[in-house]
Amino acid sequence: MEKKLHGAGFAPEQYELTETPSYHFTMNRRDFFSVLGSGIAITFAAVNASYGLPAEGLPENQIGAWLHIGEDGAVTIYSGKAEVGQNIRTSLAQVVAEELDVPMEKISMILGDTALTPYDRGTFGSRSTPYMGPQLRRAAASARELILDLAATEWKTDRSLLSISDGIVMNRETKQAANMGKIVKGKQLVQAVDDKVTLKKIDDWKIAGTSVKKVNGETFVTGRHKYVSDMKLPGMLYGKILRPPAYGATLVSADLSAAKKMAGVVAVQDRDFIGVAAGDLSTANKALQSIKAEWKFEPQPSRKEIFDHLRNKSKNDDRGKTSGDPSAAFSNAAVKAGQTFHVDYIAHVPLEPRAGVAQWEGTKLTVWAGTQRPFGVLEDLAEIFQVPKENIRVIQPDTGSGYGGKHTGEAGVEAARLAKEAGKPVKVVWTREEEFTWAYFRPAGVIDVKAGADKNGTLTSWEFHNYNSGGSGIDTPYEVKNTLIQFHPSDSPLRQGSYRGLAATANNFARESIMDDLAAALKIDPLEFRLKNLSEQRMKDVLEAAAKAFGWGTTKPEKDHGFGIACGEEKGSFVAACAEIAFDRNENDIRVLRAAVAFECGGIINPNHLENQIMGSVVQGLGGALFEWIDFKEGKILNPKFSAYRVPRFGDVPKLEIVMLNRKDLAPAGAGETPIIGIAPAVRNAIANATGKRLYTLPLVPQGLEA
Amino acid sequence: MDLLINKKKYAVNVASDDTLLSVLRNNLDLTGTKYGCGEGSCGACTVLINGVAVRSCITKATSVEGKEVTTIEGLAGNGKLHPVQRAFLDVDVFQCSYCASGMVMSSVSLLKKNPQPTEAEIITAMQGNVCRCGTYPRIVKGIQEAVKIQKS
Repeated sequence: MEKKLHGAGFAPEQYELTETPSYHFTMNRRDFFSVLGSGIAITFAAVNASYGLPAEGLPENQIGAWLHIGEDGAVTIYSGKAEVGQNIRTSLAQVVAEELDVPMEKISMILGDTALTPYDRGTFGSRSTPYMGPQLRRAAASARELILDLAATEWKTDRSLLSISDGIVMNRETKQAANMGKIVKGKQLVQAVDDKVTLKKIDDWKIAGTSVKKVNGETFVTGRHKYVSDMKLPGMLYGKILRPPAYGATLVSADLSAAKKMAGVVAVQDRDFIGVAAGDLSTANKALQSIKAEWKFEPQPSRKEIFDHLRNKSKNDDRGKTSGDPSAAFSNAAVKAGQTFHVDYIAHVPLEPRAGVAQWEGTKLTVWAGTQRPFGVLEDLAEIFQVPKENIRVIQPDTGSGYGGKHTGEAGVEAARLAKEAGKPVKVVWTREEEFTWAYFRPAGVIDVKAGADKNGTLTSWEFHNYNSGGSGIDTPYEVKNTLIQFHPSDSPLRQGSYRGLAATANNFARESIMDDLAAALKIDPLEFRLKNLSEQRMKDVLEAAAKAFGWGTTKPEKDHGFGIACGEEKGSFVAACAEIAFDRNENDIRVLRAAVAFECGGIINPNHLENQIMGSVVQGLGGALFEWIDFKEGKILNPKFSAYRVPRFGDVPKLEIVMLNRKDLAPAGAGETPIIGIAPAVRNAIANATGKRLYTLPLVPQGLEA
Repeated sequence: MDLLINKKKYAVNVASDDTLLSVLRNNLDLTGTKYGCGEGSCGACTVLINGVAVRSCITKATSVEGKEVTTIEGLAGNGKLHPVQRAFLDVDVFQCSYCASGMVMSSVSLLKKNPQPTEAEIITAMQGNVCRCGTYPRIVKGIQEAVKIQKS
């Protein structure tokens, strides 16, 4: 239990959930149409490839639907993805509406419910758009074809005369028309996704590709939406967990007797897990405070030693990639740059802290959790409580953000343990301090870079070592013949894990800073230097688009202002950023005045929501670039609250110009992560341009521009 | 103790150290008001007391006796959204929306005091509200849109 609860296990993204799912948890066939009502259902392809097979023909336990169309013409989509603010509830519905030719209002999405949706590994890695999107598009297109078949048979007409528009099937010649619901009336047909079905061209999109508004937006601006932290079940208790006083502290003994004597209090000790539950939060807090625990402390590295620690404890694994002879090429380079970068731990700070509600009914367990991985939480629960997976249901209502920080379901696990003891439902909501301390962090890291170029500005050598922070974005997009690129895992004293963009932020920062240093040494314009060493046209396109929007090369910074530029690619999308900063000599601090960011992720599904994702990434990226860091000493987090851990606020946002390149010839890629990676190096390079100070740390200026 | 919330009287048993936030959420199930930090630093818990934005997580419930409390649930009247809510939907401001209630309430308070704020005034007034999804420019645009709706 303690391993799961105190999360020793979450390593950086190179270990991130790449195993194939061990099972498919699906709805029982008998329940299927009785729950959904008659109509047609499109299931995942693995079930049965035969066409239009009645439900009775399928194995009992093998129906997991992507899509259902009912007799009223309502379309329901089932996906195990989690909505945490990236607005996939809207964008995925859009691509389905598009393929099916139905209005958006006809579509409802069931997301993140392990009992109702096909298995999904989780919502991370910018995968919803490039993988779930096409999957649902194929399901919708398969349904469209099936409906056309059914209509042709029923109307005894040539199928090629039929088409669907706005949910209505129509015969072009006879003008016979009926809505989809009527076509599927009385049917109970199940069809597998046709993987070869023809999808619409992005160029022909009418619903996808437009700025459809957040589908359930009104429930949020009226406060009606129930996040997990808002839930209340009949008889529900409020749970609190005893946390260790520091990282590295282990429990020696605990006395729960006072808590157990309190009226209405349930107190549990299960090895290292100690928790209480009561009918109200204030009693639960009092019960928690009454517990006397003795702890044993192990020495823990503090922030001031962390970078030495990570380097010293690092391992040489086999992830290195080499080409040519980088050390010889470096020795012979006309211009060289070699630096060590330090990247601090930062926190995700989702505004809704971790929350879970658990309810046992006999041996059946239902957990509501704010998580990006409902099926992952289900697996954890099955292992921890030794309960068959079929007996567990995890439901994830739209959650108050994640940014890669909610791959786990700690609060749900804790609630389940307490609920088991109490025989009543229990809710556990982490405090901000708990969230800041015991959730996992974006890893800290050390990055060594050595690079050389010839006198014409062509890169000749590139050596890059990342210690601990991760391997994402570690490859260089620039053409270099002689390279050594290596990730070195290390031993993190703090719990660490995924973060929006993963290590691509750190790796991109180091790479783009070195590119700037080389350009300065070569006395070549940094944009020109990048373009010269790039062959990827998509990267050149974003660079040029950002430069144009910014006025790069056409305007010069004022005195004490600086311009910086940077670019990056990750997960199939491309970003470039230009920034202008002002140096305040009196305060010895800097201010980001404006930024132009160009982003390209293939065909755009929802321009408005894409702009929000880019804007949000840039703003969040500015926090990590300028001032966010976790301070810690002897295993204690020293700044676990909003008043001590600075996050970007209204006044921190520069004037932002966002350019979105719409590549309708390319499949849509995810957009929640990559836009974050360009801003930090652009700002850093602008600081260098204004002040001559070349910084090698993230955050750049947590305490101003130090001497 | 009686509390006047959204023009409705509630009789509640309140301990002297109970925060208004806890009473709203746990006693009265008015969960539109959110917990974010517990120290008045993030704005998620913002409600109006006599029309002025206040952080309910650092406000003792006993201190609002006899005052008029408005929460996000009480903002729309007669099935009609408040102009700020309307505007935020029209501009399609939010991502995860956990900050939405607090943003709406702070904006309502601002526009009561200053019906036509400049962009700089909006930024200053909203500085205490955190949107971790970072859609601040959209929120500013939403408030400007609300100004337009209120005028018309």
